[in-house]
Amino acid sequence: MDQFILQILNGLDKGSAYALIALGLTLIFGTLGVVNFAHGALFMLGAFVAVTVSNVLTLSHKVVDETRTDFLGNPLQVDVPYIYDLFGQSAGDTIIDWAVPISIIIAIPIMVGIGFAMERGLIKYFYKRPHADQILVTFGLAIVIQEIVKYFYGANPIPTPAPEAFVGSFDFGVILGFDPNAIIYPYWRLVYFFFSVVIIGAVFAFLQFTTFGMVVRAGMADRETVGLLGIDIDKRFTIMFGIAAAVAGLAGVMYAPINSPNYHMGMDFLVLSFVVVVVGGMGSLPGAVAAGFLLGILESFASMSAVIDILPGINQIIIYLVAIIILLTRPRGLMGRKGVMEE
Amino acid sequence: MLGLEMKDFRLLLIVIGLTMLAPFILNPFPEGSEMAQFNAGYPDLMQRFVIFGIFAIGFNILFGLTGYLSFGHAAFLGAGSYGAVWMFKLLSMNVLPAIAISVIIAGLFSLLIGFISLRRSGIYFSILTLAFAQMSFALAYSVLTPITGGETGLQLALDDPRIFGASQTATGNIPVPSLFGLEMRSSYELEMGSWLFTFNVGYYLAALFMIIAFYMSIRIFRSPFGMMLRAIKSNQTRMSYTGLNARPYTLAAFVISGMYAGLAGGLMASMDPLAGAERMQWTASGEVVLMTILGGAGTLIGPVLGAGMIKYFENIFSKINETILHGWFAFLPDGLENLVVAMVYPFIGKGWHLTLGIVFMLVVIFLPGGLVQGGQKIAGLFRRKKAEDAKPNATEPAE
Repeated sequence: MDQFILQILNGLDKGSAYALIALGLTLIFGTLGVVNFAHGALFMLGAFVAVTVSNVLTLSHKVVDETRTDFLGNPLQVDVPYIYDLFGQSAGDTIIDWAVPISIIIAIPIMVGIGFAMERGLIKYFYKRPHADQILVTFGLAIVIQEIVKYFYGANPIPTPAPEAFVGSFDFGVILGFDPNAIIYPYWRLVYFFFSVVIIGAVFAFLQFTTFGMVVRAGMADRETVGLLGIDIDKRFTIMFGIAAAVAGLAGVMYAPINSPNYHMGMDFLVLSFVVVVVGGMGSLPGAVAAGFLLGILESFASMSAVIDILPGINQIIIYLVAIIILLTRPRGLMGRKGVMEE
Repeated sequence: MLGLEMKDFRLLLIVIGLTMLAPFILNPFPEGSEMAQFNAGYPDLMQRFVIFGIFAIGFNILFGLTGYLSFGHAAFLGAGSYGAVWMFKLLSMNVLPAIAISVIIAGLFSLLIGFISLRRSGIYFSILTLAFAQMSFALAYSVLTPITGGETGLQLALDDPRIFGASQTATGNIPVPSLFGLEMRSSYELEMGSWLFTFNVGYYLAALFMIIAFYMSIRIFRSPFGMMLRAIKSNQTRMSYTGLNARPYTLAAFVISGMYAGLAGGLMASMDPLAGAERMQWTASGEVVLMTILGGAGTLIGPVLGAGMIKYFENIFSKINETILHGWFAFLPDGLENLVVAMVYPFIGKGWHLTLGIVFMLVVIFLPGGLVQGGQKIAGLFRRKKAEDAKPNATEPAE
């Protein structure tokens, strides 16, 4: 039983990342009808926003410390971050420590801006082209973004720690009445899960309870009619693209402490996220979220040693296997709408 | 000639000429000169040109004709490589059975994957092929280690049986792949003044296969079968209304292009007898997509050009470093020199992928027909100018 709960928990954090990326992908697909292969790159950019913020916060200048000397007996030069000068040492340390959560606030405008630029500058011209062209051009864009990041940050993963308060693990078993140390779960992953639930909830609430969201949903159902009513639906869809980019970016920001960001992390996630979208159903938002968590949990169950003993290698292929079965038996996906990209 | 129209036959002759004379053409700069680093006429790179040319020609039969975008073709190339290396291990070091088995294995593998994937089309087909290829990669990397060698890849060993050949040579080494005793790696070097030309056995074998592959692709393009495939691309629904089932045609195209990929994999293993799982990864599949689109999907010569260009950039362009750049722009004043170098450097050398990505995007946006279409457009401009001078003539642009 404790193993069971542990695997569900393990699946949740990966599942949250899948769900967030898949949510953005399907949002773009549902509104603009574009298959965005550059979405993984947006996730990666988000992670690098976190890296940049923590780099900026630790920008420092050299100060000669008279009280200490180096091994030659000269006064020691110490690096003092500019942030100390502004807020003093203890507050400065706290700010540096909380770099990743601070990045969230900074990432939102940046990612929305990048999303706008992408949609207005490139994707706009591809609405009428075949899906293959959309895939190809966004694939090219993903390569370009990756290479730019690689040029500035290098090819090695950059460790980006979570705030001190969330380092360490949390003994989940004790609360549920199991033995201590039976179910151990890192705090940050718990934070990630709750964060993703909040973001997903916010996106759904935005679409469900605001006038703007209502118009967007109407546009998803029938773009032409909404246009005939005198509503500038293209503009709203552009904003939705920005929101989708921000969702992917935030998923990336928060993922940075779990997995040190490197320039190709986006591609790794993209392939799986596409599979998630397809399993959930192209254009279905609840489907994407449900499939994201489902596949994340399924993956972690498949990596249990008891399962691997029976079916070796199943943990590597389970997601693809599920996708193949779903695509062949129920092409519209778990919660796909009838008639949307079924063929 | 050979069942080809005059225009196609001329194209075939050009390709034959270029591949046979490649050691000369690719080595235009004298040895030891400043420009010698741009020489691409060394065996390893020339082999790669033609092998990836075969791969791209095969991919083009599927994507260029039917419009089905497969993101998993590298799986067939990888399967072919594994098959070939196993032949080297079990049978003998002769390349012919190895290449034959690699084509057969890739054909069977693509029949299986194609049968399932082709039940869907469009984006779903792309995702399905991607999923299958990633599955093959993951399995080859982990569980199938006894067959595939796992992380280290499949390599030859001294104690392999090799029932029709020797397990090891008289000197105790692993024998090298050969064609009835003619070693793949052996080459003849011709020195002419300060130029050095290398004629490599492996290259000419691979080039021969590429010419055959190219000839077959022309025949497929011009055949009624090729016409059917084009019909699938332009309007599959209409085709099925006329009473034709598209599935057998797409499956045949898929298997043919899978066999091309297997041939490329077998040749790759013949040149260098090892096979690794990374050849199956989806980035490798993405590479052949880039090659085909860049050169021109749906054209005959485009994929070969695309493959050659990407491999040339990957091997030659990527070697240019900052020092060489400073050498080039040394004639400029110092400040300007540094500025120019700083501006150019991100795009070449190690950053060549960035250039590739940008060029690829530009091609997809402005030239859906790839570089071949670009060439035709430029040729068309000149022709129009000439036509204005003389009388207008309506020549059709060459393929």
